[in-house]
Amino acid sequence: MNPDLIETGTAEAAPCDGSRRRFLSRLTMGLGAIAGALVAVPCVGFLLGLRKVPSAWRTVGKIEEFQIGGTVKVSFRDPSPLPWAGVTARTAAWLRRNSQTEFVAFAVDCTHLGCPVRWLAAANLFMCPCHGGVYYANGTVAAGPPPRPLPRYPVRIQGDQVQILTSPVPITT
Amino acid sequence: MQILKSIWGWFDDLTGVSSWLIPLAKHPVPHARRSAWFYVLGSATLFVFILQVVTGIALASGYVASAGEAYHTLAFISSTRFGSIVRGIHAFGASAMVILIGIHAIRVYLFGAYKYPRQIGWLTGVALLFLTLGMAFTGQLLRWDQTGFWTVVIAAYQAGRTPLVGSWLGHFILAGDTAGGATLSRFFALHVFFIPAFIFFFIGFHLYLVVQNGISEPPKAGRPVEPKTYRKWYEDLLHRDGIPFWPDAAWRDMVFGFLVIAVIVGLAITIGPPALGKPPDPTIIQASPRPDWYFLWYYALLTLIPRWSESYVIILGPLLLIVVLILLPFVAYKGERSPFKRPWAFAVVAFIVFMIAYFGMLGHVAPWSPRMNAPPLPASVVGVASGPIADGAIVFHDKGCEFCHAISGYGGIRGPDLTYAGDRITPEQMETRIYSGAANMPSYNGNITRQQLSDLLAFLSSRRRGPAAALPVSSSSQ
Repeated sequence: MNPDLIETGTAEAAPCDGSRRRFLSRLTMGLGAIAGALVAVPCVGFLLGLRKVPSAWRTVGKIEEFQIGGTVKVSFRDPSPLPWAGVTARTAAWLRRNSQTEFVAFAVDCTHLGCPVRWLAAANLFMCPCHGGVYYANGTVAAGPPPRPLPRYPVRIQGDQVQILTSPVPITT
Repeated sequence: MQILKSIWGWFDDLTGVSSWLIPLAKHPVPHARRSAWFYVLGSATLFVFILQVVTGIALASGYVASAGEAYHTLAFISSTRFGSIVRGIHAFGASAMVILIGIHAIRVYLFGAYKYPRQIGWLTGVALLFLTLGMAFTGQLLRWDQTGFWTVVIAAYQAGRTPLVGSWLGHFILAGDTAGGATLSRFFALHVFFIPAFIFFFIGFHLYLVVQNGISEPPKAGRPVEPKTYRKWYEDLLHRDGIPFWPDAAWRDMVFGFLVIAVIVGLAITIGPPALGKPPDPTIIQASPRPDWYFLWYYALLTLIPRWSESYVIILGPLLLIVVLILLPFVAYKGERSPFKRPWAFAVVAFIVFMIAYFGMLGHVAPWSPRMNAPPLPASVVGVASGPIADGAIVFHDKGCEFCHAISGYGGIRGPDLTYAGDRITPEQMETRIYSGAANMPSYNGNITRQQLSDLLAFLSSRRRGPAAALPVSSSSQ
């Protein structure tokens, strides 16, 4: 490029003063920012739009399958799993039958950091393999780091079926 | 040959590549002499990053980032001969990159190379350090086996400790209410596009600054950095005593980089990639998630700090580390560079290395984790085949005591070793402890029958040095 041409151009533009240049540079940067925002808003909106899964009652078995005083693992599926979720659409819960009609369902996630707690039937305790959190059969903390009792899921009896209400992962805050 | 030369001449005439590439390659650098081998760590980190990009692209061409399929595609990749090697290179490369960037940062810190005018170089390096750790963390998740799945859940729980926005943040990590179909794709995009884009940017900036400000000369005790005169002095040094980067310095980068890559590939071929765990099925409760080695020390640290401080450390700990690393080049931007004039620099490095090694080893052993797969005590340990002592040994296992208390090498190490419990405590004391529990031990009040307790006390009391004494049975348990 010929530097003379630029110089000439500069000289000619000079009478128009700096305001035109100020306007043009602001226009350029402003349009860039607006274009960026036009693209960013839907992208960020998509990322922040967390998937809300509707709650639904899931049958986990017939009443008579559960022994009174017993705690067993039950599995159920997300109410609306994504088609590619595979096994991750499954959820587990610990279901305890207290009496003829009373059931309690506990989340398997330890309230300390979310590791899956195990039920020790002979010891009548839940134990977490990560940091040794222990819960009694009613979900209250028996020992170790958990700050709260095991979260419960709503349970109901429909006819002769036991049903659990699916819930979001109960993150301790 | 002549044809190649003329093609190059034509290309160079139209692009002017050699007019900046040759001066760039031959730019003078300080003659590091005995310290020269200290200057190969950054380039080795870069080589390993390129290795990760190449193997990562190869892996991505066989991997399906779907919560339901990823595990199977990894199993498929691992089942092919070269796929297994590529996975191995990527895994050992990840470890190498974390180690090399760590040692590089330590070298720069000890040499005081973060001082004027290289502060921004340090800051871009700090960004690269954390981005590398981000890659290590997200990479472990993409294995998407049982540990990968639970690592996401644990990360969400950790984020959950943030004040006010914790719950939202936790569910943001899960990409919704539950860890499911939407979760893995996020981490794939982070690991493959988002974080690497920032790494590319910061590497470019980092290298630009290395050329712009010049590579730091080896420090010398009694030669402090004086910002007012440093640039002039450095230029004179290059003039007086500089050597061209290519090839006088670059050959060392290549030799060391080659060794690093050869070792990584060698390990990948001989040892292979990390084994895949169980599938990421949340209903398989038999899971003991552990982080890969890079975060074991952090895992151990979080476990061992006082419980009340947990939420603060989870959130403020990493923040504080970032703030300290950012402030360093602004607070200590001039003065002595030599570590021999900054003895506390050695102390800081020794402290950090010791902490990572010590807590890392603790995290590897994880004494706080109950050994939930401990088998019932064998007859050779119990000593008798029937009677209260033998029954008590079964109670000891079934009630979960053994998961935390070891006897003769069997069982967990979370609680005190009870191999010689009978020598140390009386049955009455045992009974009190069993009934009342402790901070890390559940109370068995109402959770153990008289008979079980009596057997358990008989068993524990028989745990003595030398021949077992006659059965001391607690009167209160009769």
